[in-house]
Amino acid sequence: MTPTSASVDHSRRRDLIEASLKRRHARERRFRRLGLGAVILGMGLVAILFASILMRGVPAFWQATFTLDVHFDPEVIRVEAKPERGPGESEADFRERHLAWQGQVGMVNWQQLLDRALMAELGEVEARQARDLRALIASGERFALRDRFIEDPDLLGQTRSLKLLASANVDVWLKGNIDRSLPDHQQQLSAQTRAWADALHDRGVITNAFSTALFLNPDSRSSLASAGLAGAFMGSLFMMLVVILLAVPLGVASAIYLEEFAPRNRLTDLIEININNLAAVPSIVFGLLGAAIFIGYLGLPLSAPLVGGLVLTLMTLPTIIIATRAALRSIPGSIRQAALGIGASRVQTVFHHVLPLALPGILTGSILGVAQALGETAPLLLIGMNAFVANVPGTPLEQSTALPVQIYLWQGNELRNFFEARTSAAIIVLLGLMLSLNALAIWLRKRFETRW
Amino acid sequence: MNNLVLIASVLCVMALAYQVGLTRSRALAQGPRRLHSRPGYYGVLVALWCGLPALGLLLLWSLLGPQLVEQLVIRQLPPEVLALGEREFATFMRRAAALAAGNRVSSGGSEAELAAAAHLARLDSLGRLILVAAMAVVAVAGLVHARGRVSPSLRARNQVERVIMVALAMSSAVAILTTVGIVLSMLGEALNFFRFVSPLDFFLGTTWNPRFSTSGTDSQGEFGLLPLLWGTLMVSGIALLVAIPVGLMTAIYMAEYAPPWLRNVAKPVIEVLAGIPTIVYGFFALIVIGPFLSDLGDLIGISIRTTSALTAGLVMGIMIIPFVSSLSDDIITQVPKALRDGALGLGATKSETIRQVVLPAALPGIVGAFLLAASRAIGETMIVVLAAGNNPVLHGNPFEAVSTITVTIVNQLTGDMDFASPQSLVAFALGLTLFVITLGLNVIALLVVRKYRQQYE
Repeated sequence: MTPTSASVDHSRRRDLIEASLKRRHARERRFRRLGLGAVILGMGLVAILFASILMRGVPAFWQATFTLDVHFDPEVIRVEAKPERGPGESEADFRERHLAWQGQVGMVNWQQLLDRALMAELGEVEARQARDLRALIASGERFALRDRFIEDPDLLGQTRSLKLLASANVDVWLKGNIDRSLPDHQQQLSAQTRAWADALHDRGVITNAFSTALFLNPDSRSSLASAGLAGAFMGSLFMMLVVILLAVPLGVASAIYLEEFAPRNRLTDLIEININNLAAVPSIVFGLLGAAIFIGYLGLPLSAPLVGGLVLTLMTLPTIIIATRAALRSIPGSIRQAALGIGASRVQTVFHHVLPLALPGILTGSILGVAQALGETAPLLLIGMNAFVANVPGTPLEQSTALPVQIYLWQGNELRNFFEARTSAAIIVLLGLMLSLNALAIWLRKRFETRW
Repeated sequence: MNNLVLIASVLCVMALAYQVGLTRSRALAQGPRRLHSRPGYYGVLVALWCGLPALGLLLLWSLLGPQLVEQLVIRQLPPEVLALGEREFATFMRRAAALAAGNRVSSGGSEAELAAAAHLARLDSLGRLILVAAMAVVAVAGLVHARGRVSPSLRARNQVERVIMVALAMSSAVAILTTVGIVLSMLGEALNFFRFVSPLDFFLGTTWNPRFSTSGTDSQGEFGLLPLLWGTLMVSGIALLVAIPVGLMTAIYMAEYAPPWLRNVAKPVIEVLAGIPTIVYGFFALIVIGPFLSDLGDLIGISIRTTSALTAGLVMGIMIIPFVSSLSDDIITQVPKALRDGALGLGATKSETIRQVVLPAALPGIVGAFLLAASRAIGETMIVVLAAGNNPVLHGNPFEAVSTITVTIVNQLTGDMDFASPQSLVAFALGLTLFVITLGLNVIALLVVRKYRQQYE
C-alpha cells in the first residue's frame, strides 16, 4: 500500500506546488508590471509637464503686431533741430543742451501720430472713441516712437512703415485666449475695439509676428505687451558670473584640500560632515543668511545681482565641492605615486598631474552647480530681487531681478490671460538655458570620460 | 570701483615682481651653485612678498577704515547733534554720508550736516591717500626684501607651496564659516524676536495672525508656529505618499529588471526631472494640477480648492520622485550579489528575492533616502508659495488651503526689510526652526546611510 499512498502524496504535493508556483509567478508578473508602471508614470509626468508648458508657452513667442505707416508729421513734432556739438563747446554744455532737446522731444504728443496712423487704416474716428482706439496699440509704443526719433531726427516729415506691438488685451482677444462669447461687461476691451481688432486682423494690418520684445525689453507694468526678459536675463547673467568667479575656485580649492592634503583628524571630519549638511540645507535658509548678513549687517544694496550671486555662491559651494571630490577620488593612486616617485612634491603632483586629469569631472560638476543656481528662486525673494525693475541693469550693483524671479512675478500678474502664456514662454527660455547647460555637462562627461 | 583699480595695480606690480625674482634667480643659476627650486618659484615668492602685505592692508582698511573715520567725525560734531536720539542721530549720519558722497539729500542739508559731510569727505580722502602710500611702501619693501633673499639655498618652492596650502585650507574654511554664519544670524535675529514674543507662545501657539508690520505700535500679532508646522507636515506627508512608492518602485525596476537600453533612456530623463527649477513645478501646479484636481473633485462631489495642500503635495511629490529613485537605486545596487544568488538558488522568484532579501538588506539605506527626501520636502518653498494657498489655519482637510513655514518666511520678509519689528524678525525664528528640523533629519539620514555602507564594505 505504501507506494500508492506515496504516489498519491507525491501527486498531491506536485499539484500544491504547481498551484503555488502559478500564484507566485502571477505575483512576480504583477510586481514587475508595478515597477514598469512606476517608470512609465514618472516619464509620463515629465511628458505632461513639458507638454503643458510648451503648449501654453510657444504661442507667446509670437505676438499680435501692427504694420502701420507712421507719418512723422512736423506739425505734431515741433522741436528744434537736434543739437550738434559746436566748436569750443564743452562736453557738459553739450550734454545739457542735448538733454534739454530730449526733454522737448519727450513733450511731443507721440500718441497723436499713432492715432493718425490708425485712423488712416480705419477712417475718421469720433472723439468719444479715442479711448477705444488707444486700447489697440501697446501704450509703450509711443515711447518707442520717441526713442526712434531721438536716434534718427531725419525722420521728421517722413513716413515709415513700422512694426508696432498690439496691446496685451488685443493679443489675448485675437489669439482666442479669452472666451469670445462673454458679455461686454466681462470683456477687457470695448465692443468697438474688438471689432476694430478683428477687422484689422482680417486685412492683415495686425499679424502674429515673432516677438522680439520678449527678448529685448525689460519688464514693464504700464505697457504689458512690451514686457520682456532682458532685465531678468542680465540679472541672472551677472549672478552666474559671480557664482562662476567665486564658487568654482573656492569649491575646487576646498575640495583639493579636503581630498588631497587635509590630515585625517577631528577638524577635517567636522568640515566634511558640515559640507554634507550644507548641501541639504533648504535654499531659503541661504536667503535668510543673505538678508541678515549681506544686507542687514554689511549694508549691501537690496535687489543687487552681486548680493544674489553671493547667496547663490554659498548655496552651490557644497555641490561643487562634493562633485570635485568625487572627480579627484576617481583618479587612481598610481598617477600620484608615479609623480611622487620621480621627485615631485605633493603640491606639484596634484596641480600638474591629478588636477588636469580630473578636470572634465570638475567641469561637469561645476556646470551642474551653476545650472542649479540659475534656477533658484526662493533665496532671491528674501534679498529683494522680486522688486519691479523697469530697466536693464548695467552693473552687478544696480537693481535687478532674475529669470526665475521674473517667472514668479509674471505668474502673479492680474492679466492672467496674457501672462499665463508669457510666463510659460519665460519658463521655456529658462528651461532651454538649463537644459543646454545640463547637456553641455553630459557631453563633457561622455567626451572626456576615462575608465581607469 | 576705486578698490578694483587698487587691486588691479597691485596685481600689475606683482607681475613685475615675478619678473624681478625670475631674472634674479636665472642670473644666480649661471653661478657655481645649483638653485634649490626652479626659477619660477623664486619669481612667485617675490611676487607674493610684494603683493600679499599690500592686499592685506587694503582688506584691513576696508574692514576698519569706515568705522575709524566715522568715530573721528563724531568726535568733532557739535554737542547739540550728539544730544540727538538714537534714531535721529543715525539719520543725521546717513545724510552726512550721502552728502559726502556727492549725492543730494532732501531739503538740502543743515549746516551741521554740511560741516560733518565736509569733514567726512576730507578724512575719507586723507585715509585713502595714506592707504595708497602705505600699500606702495609695503609693496616696494616686500619686493626689495624678497629680492635680497633670493639665493641658491633659499627653499623657494617649499615656501610657495606652504602659501598654496594655507590658501586651500582657507577656502575649505568658507564652508564652515557659512554654517557659522547661518547659525549665528538665525540665532541672533531669532533671539531678537523672542524679546517681543515669548518662545512658549511661538512654539505652542495655535493661531497665526502677525498683523501688519508697523513697528513702534503696540498692535502685537499672534505668532503661533503650530498651524504652519502642521501645514508643512501635511504637504510634505502628501508629497512622500506620492514620491516613496513611485520612486522606490522605479528604483527597483531600474536596478533589477530594466533592460540596459531602458536604463540608458530613463535615467537621464529622471535626472532632467531633478534639475527642473522648483518655480516651474509651482507654475505647473497652479495652472495644470490645481484646476485638474478641482474639476476631479467636482466630478466626484468633493470640494477641492485649486490651491490646496493636496495640489502642492502632489506636485512636490512629483518633484522628489527622481530624488528618491536615484538614491534608492544607488543603495539597491550596492546590495551584494551573493545575497541575491543565495535566494535565487533556493528557488525564490525574482520578486520574492527583492522583497524578502534585497529590500530588508537595503532597508537602512532606503530609510536614509526617505529621510533626505522628507527634509527636502519640508524645506521646499516655491511650490508651496504658488500652490498651497497661504491659509495659516489649523485644520485637517487636505483639500483646503494651508500655509507652511517656508511660505510664511517669504511672506514676512519680502517687501520692507525692517529688522526691528517682530513681523520681520519672526522669519528668522521660523528659519531657525526649519534649519533645526532639516538638519536633524539629515544627520540621522547620513548616520543611517553610513552605517549601512559599513555593513557591506
